[in-house]
Amino acid sequence: MRQIQYSEVIDVVAQLCQETNFFLPEDVLNSLSKAQSEEKSPLGRTVLAQILENARIAAEEKVPICQDCGAAIVFLELGEELELTDGNLNLYAAIEEGVRKGYKEGYLRKSICHPFTRKNTGDNTPAMIYTDIVPGNKLKIRFCPKGGGSENMSAIKMLSPSEGIEGVKKFVIETVKSAGSNPCPPIVVGMGIGGTFERVALLAKKALLRSVGSQNTDSELAVLEDELLKEINCLGIGPAGLGGSTTALSVHIEMLPCHIASLPVAININCHAARHKEVMI
Amino acid sequence: MEFTITTPLTEYDLEQLHIGDSVFINGVIYTARDAAHKRLVVLIEEDKDLPFDLQGQIIYYVGPAPAKPGQVIGSAGPTTSGRMDVYSPALMDKGLKGMIGKGNRSQAVIEAMKSYKCVYFGATGGVGALLARAIKKVRIIAYEDLGPEAIYQLWVKNFPVIVVNDIYGNDLYKEGVKKYQKIGML
Repeated sequence: MRQIQYSEVIDVVAQLCQETNFFLPEDVLNSLSKAQSEEKSPLGRTVLAQILENARIAAEEKVPICQDCGAAIVFLELGEELELTDGNLNLYAAIEEGVRKGYKEGYLRKSICHPFTRKNTGDNTPAMIYTDIVPGNKLKIRFCPKGGGSENMSAIKMLSPSEGIEGVKKFVIETVKSAGSNPCPPIVVGMGIGGTFERVALLAKKALLRSVGSQNTDSELAVLEDELLKEINCLGIGPAGLGGSTTALSVHIEMLPCHIASLPVAININCHAARHKEVMI
Repeated sequence: MEFTITTPLTEYDLEQLHIGDSVFINGVIYTARDAAHKRLVVLIEEDKDLPFDLQGQIIYYVGPAPAKPGQVIGSAGPTTSGRMDVYSPALMDKGLKGMIGKGNRSQAVIEAMKSYKCVYFGATGGVGALLARAIKKVRIIAYEDLGPEAIYQLWVKNFPVIVVNDIYGNDLYKEGVKKYQKIGML
């Protein structure tokens, strides 16, 4: 068994929280630059130029790209031959501590509160943590700070199997259309299809972790992603919703088999500040 | 068109602004999100004094990130305005003349903007590091317990916004989309 210390996990997560909020990843930057050269609306091009300039300033000054530094969403791939040692913590407590430390030391906004009293928890915890057990002796930590504006525009629906692929397409187009200017377009669309009620939402979230502009490894899903992206960009919402030809940068689908009675679909929308980063310990 | 305006806003300022205009704001503006709006509206309902005079003023829907040592303010981009829709007409009744945020407003708010003469400005969402550079001075004036949702007074210089809803009932979100939408495959 390989051993790693909890303190290492805390420090890695703290750093991950900060870096993800300061540095927009290459895939997103490339996609935004491409959109800027192709955008048809002059106002849309101005907005895309602001977005790119903002990313440059954030990286240079090491300040958050967006004041909404997100809910801390953490996906773990935990190797079966890895043992965590030292201290009384468990792995989740170490992640929480890392989030606490990262958001405090990085001057990141703490955005988590009680649902009714709206009292802020003060340290951006609890983090939302999901774990896969995998072969090997490593720990992969994928971090995705998720803003509230785009999260609020997300939707889930249990379709009837008879609605089929056309029903799925209609649902995603309607969701993006009614979201309009709210989720800070150009957006990234994460879609889950299949599984069960809770699993399909997780698939949609996981789809957002994929590199922006990447193609699905399944060729049929890759075609569907491409078709939906073109369709969404015909909606005319454009950068910041002011009208234009770039409403989405990318559509990512994750699919699983589902119950014979069901056709679950989830749409998780991400803003143009599609922050995501992973590290392996 | 491009305009530079200074707060407090006059009727003349508002009359010349139309959707799609690029505006640079100078002077003092105030921040408030839903939690602060709720408290302001309760004060109005109880006929009590507000923590600041709304006459001719602009409210910016923002919950800034904490300032790093040496910074005036942390990243400070707009939040979704729709959450303020239920409160905005009551503030217009007390003299509010401008709102800065992102995302569409309800029909009721658009109607209120027409009758009270108030403009809704869109700031680009997700560019908080860039927008923070236009904020030169900050002071908390109310509801410090709300943290990032407290009411701040901001001194801004050439704060860049676009007119989304003017006093004539026009809506840039609707007009912009109409101009670029294509009949798709579905």
